[in-house]
Parts: sequence; C-alpha cells; structure tokens
Amino acid sequence: MKWAHKDLIGIQELTAGEIGHILDMASSFKEISKRDIKKVPTLRGKTVVLLFYEASTRTRLSFEIAAKRLSADTTALSQAGSSFSKGETIMDAASNVMAMAPDCIVIRYPHAGIPRKMAEFLPCSVINAGDGYHEHPTQALLDMYSLKERFGSLKGLNVAIVGDIMHSRVARSNVYGLTRMGARVTLVAPKTLLPPGVETWNARVSTELDPVIPSADAVMMLRVQMERLNERFFPDIREYSTFYGLNRKRVEAMKDGAVIMHPGPMNRGVEITHDAADSARSIILDQVENGVAIRMTLLYLSLGGAANVD
Amino acid sequence: MWINGGTIFDPSSGTARVGDIQVKDGLIEGVHPGGAGGARAGAVDAKGLWVLPGLIDMHVHLRDPGFEYKEDIVSGSRAAAAGGVTAMACMPNTDPVNDNPSVTRYIVQKAAERALVRVLPVGALTKGLKGTELAEMGLMKEAGIVAVSDDGKSVESAAMMRRALEYAATFGLPVITHCQDRGLSGEGVMNEGSLSSRLGLGGIPAACEDVVVARDVLLSGYTGVPVHITHLSTKTGLDIVRQARKSGVKVTCDATPHHLLLTEERTGGYDTDAKMYPPLRTEEDRRALLKGLKSGVIDCIATDHAPHAKDEKDLDFDLAPFGIIGLQTLLPALMLLHREHALDFMDLLKKVTVNPAGILKVEGGTLSPGARADIVLFDPGKEWVLNEGAVLSKSKNTPFLGMKFTGMVVRTIVAGRTVFAA
Repeated sequence: MKWAHKDLIGIQELTAGEIGHILDMASSFKEISKRDIKKVPTLRGKTVVLLFYEASTRTRLSFEIAAKRLSADTTALSQAGSSFSKGETIMDAASNVMAMAPDCIVIRYPHAGIPRKMAEFLPCSVINAGDGYHEHPTQALLDMYSLKERFGSLKGLNVAIVGDIMHSRVARSNVYGLTRMGARVTLVAPKTLLPPGVETWNARVSTELDPVIPSADAVMMLRVQMERLNERFFPDIREYSTFYGLNRKRVEAMKDGAVIMHPGPMNRGVEITHDAADSARSIILDQVENGVAIRMTLLYLSLGGAANVD
Repeated sequence: MWINGGTIFDPSSGTARVGDIQVKDGLIEGVHPGGAGGARAGAVDAKGLWVLPGLIDMHVHLRDPGFEYKEDIVSGSRAAAAGGVTAMACMPNTDPVNDNPSVTRYIVQKAAERALVRVLPVGALTKGLKGTELAEMGLMKEAGIVAVSDDGKSVESAAMMRRALEYAATFGLPVITHCQDRGLSGEGVMNEGSLSSRLGLGGIPAACEDVVVARDVLLSGYTGVPVHITHLSTKTGLDIVRQARKSGVKVTCDATPHHLLLTEERTGGYDTDAKMYPPLRTEEDRRALLKGLKSGVIDCIATDHAPHAKDEKDLDFDLAPFGIIGLQTLLPALMLLHREHALDFMDLLKKVTVNPAGILKVEGGTLSPGARADIVLFDPGKEWVLNEGAVLSKSKNTPFLGMKFTGMVVRTIVAGRTVFAA
C-alpha cells in the first residue's frame, strides 16, 4: 500500500484499509525491539522533533525510542506550562522549529486543533501525540494492535471504554478506529462525563458498568483526571470507584479470555484496584510495548523510509 | 445637495419610489417622488442606486478608550461609514469601563471631533461590569449615553438585575442584556453538541443563553421595565421572547448577521474568526432566527462588531478571544439575507433603521423631510469580494473574508456631508 498521508492528525481521517495496513506492518517493527541490537538504519539522516507542550512520560519516551530504533535523530522539547497567550505563539514556535529543517514533528498539545493547523502550515510531517480532548491516534492504534494481537481480529469484539469519556481523546480515537474495524464499543460513564451529542456516536452508551462487564472482550479503563474532581463532575473518589472502578469482583465477572486495558498513567485505587491492574487479564504493559512498534510504523510511513526494514 | 434619480427607501413609511432628495443644512429638505424636474448642476446622480437612510447599528465595540490597538472611535467610524452605518451604539466594556460620566464625555468629545458617523455611547449597568453596584446611570445620561448594558457579561444576580432595570427606568434608559450563564458556559468556546465533541472543543450549551433570556424576560414582566435582548442566537431563546411578548412583556431583541448566515459548521477548521459569544449555533437555530426575522419577533439586526488584533486571534481556538468584526459587512449581509432567503428588503431595512432608533429613542432611520440627512447610496447589483486590504477596521477578524457579496455602498452621507465614497 502506498501511504498517502503526510501527517497523522486523527483516526477520523484513516480508512479501515489504512488502519489494517498499519497494524499489519507494526508486527515486523515489533520484532526489531526483540533483537539484541535494536536498531535498523531505515530513517538514518532523518530528524524527528518531539514538541511536548503537556506532561507526558510514556508517549514521549515511546516516540523517542521508536525514532531511535529506526536511526532517526531526535530532539525533544518540552515546555513547562501551556498558555501561550503571553509570549511566543505555538505557530511561531512551529515556524522556528521548521526553519531548522526537521523531517517530522511529533506534537502533544493541551488544546484541540493545533496539530491540524501545524500540518496545514508546515511542509514536514506532523504526527499528533494528543491534542486537548480531540484525538490521540497513536494510542488508539496501539490499543487496536494489542487487541488484534490477543484476539486475532477486531471484528465483532465487544470493547467497553469506562470513565471520563467527555474529556478523553483516547476514547474518541478508539471509538473511531475500533468501530471502523468492526468492533462494537460501549461507553460507560456517569452522565456528567458523557460528551454532548454522544448519542450520535457509533457506540452504545451505558451509565452502569456491571451489566456491561460480562459481555465485554476488553474493558478499557480511562484515567480519572484529579482536576475534574474540583469541577464537581462526580462527588468523590469513593463513590466514583464504587460505580465505575474496576475491582476484583468485576474482574471475576468478566468472561473467559477477556482483557483489561488502560492507557496510563493509572490511578490505582481510583478507576482500577491493585488486583485488577495486576491480574492475569491485564494487557496494560503489552499496550506500552506495542506503542513503540506502532510509532515506529507511523514514523516509517510518514517519513517514507526505505522499504527494507531488515 | 441634490441626490437625483435613485430608488428612495423610506422605512418609516415603508415606501420605495424613484425620485430626488434635497438636502440642506444637514437635514432632508424635500423628497420628490418622480423627480423634482429640471437638470441641476452638481446633483449626485443616483440612477440605478438605492437611496437608504443611514443604518443604525445598536451593538458595536469601538475599544476606545483602552484597547486602541484593536480599534478606536475614528477607525471604527471609518468601517461604519464604508458599511453604510451612520450611527452606532458602542458598548461600555472599555478600559476604563464606561461606567461614569468622565468616560462618557471622553467618548462623546472624541466622536464629535473626529468620528465620521454618530457614536451613541452605551453606559454600564453596574460599576466595572462587576454586577455588584449600580453604575452612575443618571450622570452618564447627562453626559450622553443612550442606553445601559453590561454587555460581554451577564449581571449574575437576579436581584441586581431587577434593581438595574428599575434604576435604568428611572432615567428612561433602555436596558440591553447579553444573556450568558457563566457557570454553564464554563470553559466552552463553541456551540455545545456532537460537533464540539468531535472537535474536542469545550461546548457552550444553548441553555446557557436561554436561562438568562428567561430570567430577564421574567424580570422585565415583573418590573414592567422594557428589556432588549442582544445577539439572540437560539431557537429556544426566540420562543421565550415570542411567548413573553404575546403575554404583554415589553421585550425586544436583535440578532447578528453572522448568526443569521453561518452555523457552527464554520468552526470545523478551528478558525478563530468563527469564535464569538454567543457561538455560531446549529442550522435549526439559524432557521428559527430567519423565521423570527420574518415574523417580526426579531426587531433589529446588529453586528456585535468586536475587533481583535491578529496576534490575539492567531492563538489556539481555546485561547483566542471571542468576537468578530461586522460593521463594514452589515448592509451587504442584509442583501445576502434578502437574496438567499427571500426576506423583504424593506423589512430588513427597518431592522437597522427605524426599529433600533425606536428602541434607543434616537433620531434617524428615516428619509422623511425634516429628518437628519444621514443617507446611504447603495448599488444593489454590484458584485465584490471582501479581502483583507479592503477592511477599514484596524482588526481584520471576520469569517466573511473571501466571501462574494452582491450590493455595495457607494456613498455615505452624515448630516449632509459625504463621509465615504467608493
């Protein structure tokens, strides 16, 4: 398949065929990370700049390792604070980075829309590493990869996504991707954390977790952002974890072979208990491992690396 | 001055007839349907043109004093003149706020000395627009305000709003209300709905506006003080106004050209020139507003001209300020409504002339003999494209850039003096 995209801004813009292609390719990239010498020359001479305007450890590290395993040069720039109302605007910052001729910019940004603006504006590839609560495409791809790895196919899988759907880019990207690949998604949250217009999404919605658990092939728990507590979307952690937390009892109600996922970082004791997080059903660390392979694939596709990955 | 051979629209009588107009000493001396006869040297040839009373825009932000880098009284008046607007009511959210007679006097004096069109200051309802203490409405009225409003903010407390209505009525000042429940709008930046969720942008629900529309209508009914709701944007808000009016509440309202012409879809590309309060709503809301225009529930069309500098609007959608400019495109936008939605032009014209004049209790909006000679010559068939270079406002933040309009202002006359000629 010839890759037609300069950028990756959201899952919304990918076809099922393209998603399938990425997931297929990722397997060969995953193999590289298992080698003794975890490096191929594919992107030698290419420069990847990681612009992270929001706290991130996993995603940033994952992109950096992915780029390095493909022999690209990487530079990471993190900016403390997120408001550019004073000082340099993000588009100025992007132009300055562009003047140094990178081949790809990976951007994480606290507000929606900026990666797309940058992609329209800059000649280099732009990969969205999460923008506001718009999209987080590489996370959804690594989630889909992890599910496919476990179940062989995404078609017909029941995936429950539980928690703060309203403010979640991970949930959005996963709904777009999973449904495009033939999975059925059920979103579970109190009404205060369901996004406006959710009834128009290609997903079932439930305000109760227990009835959803037995039929789910995968239960994806979203992180509770503690700052939402102050905004009174729910009364307190005790009540939240009682109704929407994944605990031992709920894990036991899951069907055979069903898995537990979490995009991280976890709040143990809030949306997920220790025994759920560490249970045999958990594929949380597989997700992290697969993240590197997915990001290698996307860097490769976006930068048009040499066809030979050996 | 004679203006000969144009189609003279007089919204005060609802007539449109070809004829000549004589202007003398800043007033309309005579109107001669069919022509006054005889060739006159120096007469303005208006053949093929529409001759309209100058428009009255009852909602603009001139940013003066305090934010002159966005706009000032002079540049704003230039944009107004180019849009056929000969009088505009400027909102008090300046720095300092127009909540005392010194600021009012500054505006009145600067306008008298340098503005090309009439500037009608609107004073604050409450000091500093803070919603806690009444502003000096009486003294400001003596200094020249025509109305009061805390525009940009809603008076949060219903008790304060009630007092403000009653106090304003003491001085016969019209009250203009911007309806927004701060708690409900929260961090929202566009209309709340499936589109805001897809874009990952915070939503401003229609209810955020409607609850305050309902409150202010109820308070108006209770106190008997008329209230004018500005930039109404929702179907439900409109229903509330219609119902209230049926039961005798003295409530009037206006809508903006952008809410009548655009929808939230325009926000899809994260274009900050489509970010304003209230936000662009759904097609259903827009259709309701168009109906409201036709049925007369919407009394006026006002621009909410809100200039912001390029570097402010160049920020992320979440961080960029709310507001777009509109003075220069008011009349072309009316023409678009007339052509695309089969709205009667005379009826539209009333909503930017006699109706706002009546609500604000100011002169203008008519071409009857003896009236102020505030006149616009409009070429109804002229096609043009709005490009940035043509924008006379200091700020260029408009979603209409690049849009093709039919109908262009060719001359604007204020008190008998030509202040704009294309």
